[in-house]
Amino acid sequence: MKVKLKIWRQPNAKAKGKFEKYELDGINTEMSFLEMLDALNTKLIKEGKDPVAYEHDCREGICGSCGLFINGRPHGPGEEIATCQLHMRAFKDGQTITIEPWRGKPFPVIKDLIVDRKAFEKIMEAGGFVSVETGAAPDPNTIPVKKNKSDKAFDAGVCIGCGACVAACKNSSAMLFVAAKVSQLALLPQGKPEAKRRALNMVAKMDELGFGSCTNTGACEAECPKGISLEHIARLNKEYLKASFTEEKD
Amino acid sequence: MTKLDSKIPEGPLAEKWTNFRNKMKLVSPANKKKLDIIVVGTGIAGAPAAASLAELGYNVKAFCFQDSSRRAHSVAAQGGINATKNYRNDGDSVYRLFYDMIKGGDYRAREANVYRAAEVSNAIIDQLTAQGVPFAREYGGSLTTRSFGGVQVSRTFYAQGQTGQQVLLGSYSALKRMIGKGKVKMYTRRQMLEVVVKDGKAQGIITRNLVTGELERHSAHAVVLATGGYGTIYYLSTLAVGSNGSAAWAAHRKGAFFANPSFVQIHPTCIPQLSDFQSKLTLMSESLRNDGRIWVPKNKDEKRAPKDIPEEDRDYYLERRYPAFGNLVPRDVASRAAKERCDAGYGVGETGQAVYLDFKHAIEAQGAKTIGDKYGNLFDLYEKITGESPFETPMRIYPAGHYTMGGLWVDYKLMTTIPGLFAIGEANFSDHGANRLGASSLMQGAGDGYFILPNTIGDYLADEIKKPKPPTDAEEFEQAEKEAKEKLEKLLNVDGNETAASYHKRLGKIMWDHCGMARSEEGLKQAAKEVKELKEEFWKNVKVPGTMNELNQELEKAVRVADFFDLSQLMIRDALNRKESCGAHYREEYQTEGGEAKRNDKDYMYVSAWEYKGEDQEPVLHQEKLSFEFVEVKERSYK
Repeated sequence: MKVKLKIWRQPNAKAKGKFEKYELDGINTEMSFLEMLDALNTKLIKEGKDPVAYEHDCREGICGSCGLFINGRPHGPGEEIATCQLHMRAFKDGQTITIEPWRGKPFPVIKDLIVDRKAFEKIMEAGGFVSVETGAAPDPNTIPVKKNKSDKAFDAGVCIGCGACVAACKNSSAMLFVAAKVSQLALLPQGKPEAKRRALNMVAKMDELGFGSCTNTGACEAECPKGISLEHIARLNKEYLKASFTEEKD
Repeated sequence: MTKLDSKIPEGPLAEKWTNFRNKMKLVSPANKKKLDIIVVGTGIAGAPAAASLAELGYNVKAFCFQDSSRRAHSVAAQGGINATKNYRNDGDSVYRLFYDMIKGGDYRAREANVYRAAEVSNAIIDQLTAQGVPFAREYGGSLTTRSFGGVQVSRTFYAQGQTGQQVLLGSYSALKRMIGKGKVKMYTRRQMLEVVVKDGKAQGIITRNLVTGELERHSAHAVVLATGGYGTIYYLSTLAVGSNGSAAWAAHRKGAFFANPSFVQIHPTCIPQLSDFQSKLTLMSESLRNDGRIWVPKNKDEKRAPKDIPEEDRDYYLERRYPAFGNLVPRDVASRAAKERCDAGYGVGETGQAVYLDFKHAIEAQGAKTIGDKYGNLFDLYEKITGESPFETPMRIYPAGHYTMGGLWVDYKLMTTIPGLFAIGEANFSDHGANRLGASSLMQGAGDGYFILPNTIGDYLADEIKKPKPPTDAEEFEQAEKEAKEKLEKLLNVDGNETAASYHKRLGKIMWDHCGMARSEEGLKQAAKEVKELKEEFWKNVKVPGTMNELNQELEKAVRVADFFDLSQLMIRDALNRKESCGAHYREEYQTEGGEAKRNDKDYMYVSAWEYKGEDQEPVLHQEKLSFEFVEVKERSYK
């Protein structure tokens, strides 16, 4: 099959970007979307042109490296997939495909389709952990955990940190990302002692870094490659409110 | 000449680790603050190591090539992590896990290290659970387990089919905590290019900042490599596209011996290659073999859809050949058996390079819901790639390159032959012999990172407390940076016609065909010739666009491919040298009448440790003889 590509090109963080158009023939429908981009880059390199920079690594939807805004959707058409799990069979022969980086102030472009997601790291550093040092842990079966709570914690814990939730949100809110971690740890007894501090600190950091507010549109949930539910945002709100009223200062 | 000394502590097997810890040198808290440690790689070995060392009070600098340490490929481990909790009351023990690993590794691993790995396994589960890792639980609230290949107890802890992700994120959170406290300085988007050796000791590294292109010098009192395996040498593998052998190779060039480079695990259950454009193969967890049954049709010209093929026309070849272990034979055995059936013409699918993994009986017996609870996300993953649902039709699977048992040679303290340079996790060779058992890679990486290295490194650093951190303007740093720069310039200056990836693909094919699941003297010699020619062509005709001083993904790739050429030559040499079959190293000339691997304990019961002698020079083989005091060496049988 043949595709027409419209790709955001930007040589570095300071440069002004623009869309470039490319035509690519000989695409097999079994190819993954990234393999299609590999083919484009091979062509560009052979023509002596600068290949398109994009991020990827595991290519099986779990590392969270890849994240492209394809035809107006984070990770492109398809439900609960990362960009690397998108296949060319999702497109029609001759279709125009527009490819952009994540947009949003907290994720500045580094080059072409690569953005800087350091803001997520800073949020995690603010509280996305249980403070237990190596060697200080008891046998797990001394603390029983209800299966449904543990399963829910897992459902939140599957976040791959790709940033699709922010890219999907009209306010560039990181609520689903923050909620996934706060909720996972609040559901488990191991996370309880720090639950209040965690909610307050992570939310404060998120606000400080320029992520927008949540207005409950649900766009994040709709585009999350791991199907993380809005229920976790509800739990974050509950945890945050509770903490705001009751957390004692250190 | 460096002599191999594994530094195994005295005493009975079960007391060695305790004895070592009782006698090791300690560094006082006041002195730890004065010592800097570099950790390269932040997967399931590196992240816990960096976090744990920082908790102890050392100043840690951690490096990874991804934009976040959460993305290391440990994240993709699916099935589980072993521990000897014996929660099932099924006869498990530290000795039993040790024995399973020694036998699984076909008697080519070091007893003392393996025993220690089994010994620390329980503490890993404790640690991870305390971090909030949501392992699967029973309704009563306790942790549950499942079975894995090559063993007869149920000791594998798991979080659906995403154990690696959950376990890595637990360790990542510990690392994030220490970064937040300012105890770890994290350097993301860095490619390590050189190890700096000064006064005979590893004292730093040279990295390239992948955003600016700048070459950077980092010094420390010790360097830890947690840089994973080199399975991507086959181009198509279950690894991340960016996984590579360059850091280990850089250490090797500077004097670290490379052990058993040809020992590579080919994982039996991966989604088969669908097209020539394919850039990677996706693993389907070994845990699926708990409930899935592997078969091929009995008739070569079978045309019916799998669900229409009646029982009498199916060959459940693993159950037929290995009645005791059935579908749960170890990976090397399962992979070879699949290859044997496909080579004999019974393979399925368009290419004939696949076998069925069927859940029909499990769904009938346990119900679709139970099977969905256990493997739901794996079934989804399969369906996303192939467009077929394993609830309705059997999966098609085929072996793919997965894990490297080989790696940097280390002693009991996990130190390489360069003093001050440590290797942990998949980057070392230490615990899996010639074949790794399922769910033991997360275990070994985490064990090294949380509990072993933080102890053993102190024994080395205790003698370094008076020494200031080496200045990065020292001559050795100057020289190492110069070498790194020259290599990058050389790659950029070739200015040929073919991409680095195209050479990687061709190299991978040679290695897969001749130094993969089955090897022969003739094939290996052919491979050696072909690799040499292809390497020459690479250095004349590779095209690396752009410059050194910018984000340049093609340059990153070219460095990796260039190192893979050198490493593949060592792999072939090692495979040729070992004139026996053992574990995953299967030499066609050395097989039993039943087609199983035939060891030669008299001549090859050793670890081959290769010493680098210079570009295009013959490496020198050193042998670490293995002796088995605590197990009886037998023919490995799963029948």
